[in-house]
Amino acid sequence: MNEGTIIAIASGKGGTGKTTVAVNMAAALSRASISVRLMDCDVEEPNAHIFLQPIMTSREGAFVSVPVVDEEKCDGCGRCGEACRFSAIVALGAKAITFPALCHSCGGCIMACPKKAITESSREIGLIEKGTSQGIEFIHGYLKIGEAMSPPLIRAVKKQAAYDGVTIIDAPPGTSCPVIQAIRGSDYVILVTEPTPFGLHDLDLAVETVRQLGIPCGVVVNRVGMGDARTHDYCAVNDIPIIGEIRDDRRIAEAYSRGELIIDALPHLQEEFLGIMTRAKTGMRKKERKGELL
Amino acid sequence: MKELVVISGKGGTGKTSIVAAFAALAASKVMADCDVDAADLHLVLDPHIRQCETFTGGSVARIKIDICERCDVCRNLCRFDAIDRNFKVDEIACEGCGVCHDVCPCGAVELVTKTAGEWYISDTRQGVMVHAKLGIAEENSGKLVSLVRSQARRIAEENDLELVIIDGSPGIGCPVIASMTGVDLVLAVTEPTLSGIHDLERVAGLGKHFGSRMVVCVNKWDINPEMTERIVNWCSSEGIAVVGKVSFDSIVTKAQIAGVSVIEYSSGNAAMEIKRMWLCIAREMELKNIA
Repeated sequence: MNEGTIIAIASGKGGTGKTTVAVNMAAALSRASISVRLMDCDVEEPNAHIFLQPIMTSREGAFVSVPVVDEEKCDGCGRCGEACRFSAIVALGAKAITFPALCHSCGGCIMACPKKAITESSREIGLIEKGTSQGIEFIHGYLKIGEAMSPPLIRAVKKQAAYDGVTIIDAPPGTSCPVIQAIRGSDYVILVTEPTPFGLHDLDLAVETVRQLGIPCGVVVNRVGMGDARTHDYCAVNDIPIIGEIRDDRRIAEAYSRGELIIDALPHLQEEFLGIMTRAKTGMRKKERKGELL
Repeated sequence: MKELVVISGKGGTGKTSIVAAFAALAASKVMADCDVDAADLHLVLDPHIRQCETFTGGSVARIKIDICERCDVCRNLCRFDAIDRNFKVDEIACEGCGVCHDVCPCGAVELVTKTAGEWYISDTRQGVMVHAKLGIAEENSGKLVSLVRSQARRIAEENDLELVIIDGSPGIGCPVIASMTGVDLVLAVTEPTLSGIHDLERVAGLGKHFGSRMVVCVNKWDINPEMTERIVNWCSSEGIAVVGKVSFDSIVTKAQIAGVSVIEYSSGNAAMEIKRMWLCIAREMELKNIA
């Protein structure tokens, strides 16, 4: 691991403005001549490219390993099925059959097979595209429609970078495995919320998630003015810094709807996003990343 | 008994507000909150929990340090980098595949079943609701979604109720798939933004993939009427009916703050538009008990 800074943008609730913060912060940094990379890890519904319109320079498939049974060698003993905790391979009758969509690529069945009848092949689960936009290095993943498991693709996206300079990760909503995969290894998590009961409830879940991973976090309250004061009270009581506020403004909603950067629609926000970055850096722990990045 | 699921692809388009409104409008129903990792429907329906059960998901490995001979076999074979240098298992990284357990020459690894959450059957002023809370950083959300759905179905059948209204989660991954396969109708709630359209197209692709019948609601349609028109045109080219356009209205947030549905809170524009949409869906699903 080298000297870079990794900031993940997350939220429990969807639609609070993660992507808005991610793309505008990336653009604001880039315009201030800071080297920045944006990684869209919301692989189920990636949206960052809509706002940055990157020119893509590469596009490749992302694959996971799945078992292949050599029917000549398989005698249907069923050891593979006993070893697999995910019901992704079972011996039915005389031969083992596989259910690739359930496979976690652990390799257990291969080790369990006494006839060495199982090998691995790869199955495409999505795409990874790389490009540049306004001096920003851009990477995103696209989960294939119908695929249930996004974490392996998120892991593959995160393997694409060198992690020098500033890396901004746009995470998916929620609190379960895809979010964990996206934010682990980050130096800081920015939680974007809105001041409503749903926003606050899910912010609380997101704070718990981030704390469980031991990553410092700060909150950006989006659409300030639309709701009530409970979110601010919550942050004060729980000692969570509010590192940014974006007012509820129809011009922002309209610019967003057209796929425009809000720092173009309201240029004074350029400073606000640089400020969010500065405050995030202040809250960051010193360089001793816990655990693995990927 | 029929099932209606409300999903969106993109988060924050208004799924839960619309489900809460339907709960107030439908006559004979059970609610199922299948957004198990960020459930919000209970904030509006104020449930009184009647039954609470634990949900056991997958398992995690534990290494008994006093038995472990530090041979590194498990560390070399674990594909999730879940075992550190001191043979401590990172429970968040561990997928419970059991490879370490199976290969350990000294039997030092045990697999422990994890409590991954809770699920509840509750009474609300709008009827019975089944909901859940997935533990923080847990897997198996699809399994929990299936469980919530099957309990809601069971209750509907036992009480001769006509409809299960399912609040889905954002995205197109495992919890969404688990909440939509085999339902009678999928309502996709979108908003007139480029992101909304992009995500709607993916969610419609998912519906096609699983052969689901889908209708669309454009929420906050007047934020960008041109974009709304684009969505309506796209839907008609795909043969998907737009069953409702709901105006951007601050009463939706006010109702949320008051802890009630839009229908109970107001009889303004947005409430009326949701009501009309509900009638359209009830017709589409051939429901007998329309409130």
